[in-house]
Amino acid sequence: MMDKPFNNKAWLMVLPVVLLVAFSAVIPLMTVVNYSVQDTFGNNQFFWAGLEWYAELISSARFQDALVRQFVFTAIILSIEIPLGIFIALHMPKRGIGASISLVLMALPLLIPWNVVGTIWQIFGRVDIGLLGATMDAIGVDYNYTQNIFDAWLTIIVMDVWHWTSLVALLCYAGLQSIPDAYFQAAKIDGASRWAVFRYIELPKMHRVLLIAFLLRFMDSFMIYTEPFVVTGGGPGNSTTLLSLDLVKMAIGQFDLGPAAAFSIIYFLIILLLSWVFYTAMTNYDKGEAK
Amino acid sequence: MPATATTASPALKKSRAISINTSAAVMASYLVFLLLPIYWLLNMSLKNNEEILSTFSLWPQNLTFANYITIFTDASWYSGYINSITYVGMNTVLSVSVALPAAYAFSRYRFLGDKHLFFWLLTNRMAPPAVFALPFFQLYSSVGLFDTHIAVALAHTLFNVPLAVWILEGFMSGVPKEIDETAYIDGYSFPKFFGKIFMPLIASGVGVAAFFCFMFSWVELLLARTLTSVAAKPIAATMTRTVSASGVDWGVLAAAGILTIIPGALVIWFVRNHIAKGFALGRV
Repeated sequence: MMDKPFNNKAWLMVLPVVLLVAFSAVIPLMTVVNYSVQDTFGNNQFFWAGLEWYAELISSARFQDALVRQFVFTAIILSIEIPLGIFIALHMPKRGIGASISLVLMALPLLIPWNVVGTIWQIFGRVDIGLLGATMDAIGVDYNYTQNIFDAWLTIIVMDVWHWTSLVALLCYAGLQSIPDAYFQAAKIDGASRWAVFRYIELPKMHRVLLIAFLLRFMDSFMIYTEPFVVTGGGPGNSTTLLSLDLVKMAIGQFDLGPAAAFSIIYFLIILLLSWVFYTAMTNYDKGEAK
Repeated sequence: MPATATTASPALKKSRAISINTSAAVMASYLVFLLLPIYWLLNMSLKNNEEILSTFSLWPQNLTFANYITIFTDASWYSGYINSITYVGMNTVLSVSVALPAAYAFSRYRFLGDKHLFFWLLTNRMAPPAVFALPFFQLYSSVGLFDTHIAVALAHTLFNVPLAVWILEGFMSGVPKEIDETAYIDGYSFPKFFGKIFMPLIASGVGVAAFFCFMFSWVELLLARTLTSVAAKPIAATMTRTVSASGVDWGVLAAAGILTIIPGALVIWFVRNHIAKGFALGRV
């Protein structure tokens, strides 16, 4: 890795990507920054507002509530999906046709358009026509995700677990596959317990993929929009209005450009900051391993 | 060592049999959990609305393909699929073709700011689409691209180009540098080397990158819906508008949902061994 030659002509090969991403990311982001520091009274007249929108937004109960909901949601799904994903990966068939079929079936939810994921669960949970809703009704559980806050949360959490646990499991499985058989044979000769095999052989080998899984699940759950939008629409009330749902409502529903832009910047910075922390942890780990 | 492994005691054999059975049970229940909601959608798509709303049954009592026929004969439905496939295809070609040279540069050279650039690309994967919805709408409206396929294709490069660069870089770094050097010594020019020698070596990487660009563009709705109204409306948006209307046509909705799952289900078999690498942006 270290013997790569230094050559600034390589910039020419990177240039198309830089130009394209600049067009599709930098220009829109500049627009957002621009709106976030200005106020308008219509007629395309803008006035300098400085950091007013930021101050107003951060102190608003609406934003704080959405932020708290978002952190709670992300914390819950991470604490379910990561352990469950590891558990599933440990039980996947190692080779043969069983392994192939498991891989394909497990990946299926990952490839379904996000609004269809929402539609599937919207239907599945309905008391009148859905299997889950009807079963709950039949066994006497009062379940209604459009009226009851707890049921709404339960539905979007189970939906997310259904949608993304396979991602964690597939990554862990890839990590487990890289462990040579000799390690397990050696452990068997030493009479190592199942727990010891997991703790000292499997877990260390999964360290890297787990960081990736954690990073991806953190980022994507923090940006989730379409699935809860289809199932609960942010309701009942505002109880499942996560950050993206709130932002879209503000920007496109109410057209509050200034606050929405300040919202966008703060939102992006939170993800960027936390992801950077995870990413640094990941690359530091790689360096540690290379030594 | 093999001798020790083969002469396992009966007790050990028994414990292994139990552990295999537990694994099978865990996998079976997980797969049932995954497939049940999808099965329910399929079940609904093969019933008519009357049956869906009146009788509750685990499989269709009067099997009908009427919902699928509706979709294939009604232009407002099938044009949604054509629109989606058009912009997804454009996006895939665009993303992979600009990512190829960039990934080669990242995997073979060091240059001014390379590490920062690589991370900056990843930050675009971290950007919530909700942040970009409004500025994209204004940007593409102002250049006259609103409601065109190319607008959605360009918007999706936001997360697909970084994805393609990362995946391809991962695969390219697995090809030894000596191959490049030997080719240059043999007098190959760069384009000839890249097309004739290098591309076949990373063919599976290109396939995986293309698959993931296709997939992430296919599953995204927020940007696609914001940037289109009629002419380029994606199938996903057609579906949400049916949901919000009063008196939902559940059967057709379910059939439309099933049809959106098929493209992924068809191609996944070919990339099954690389799927973890793709989801990890080439980092496994």
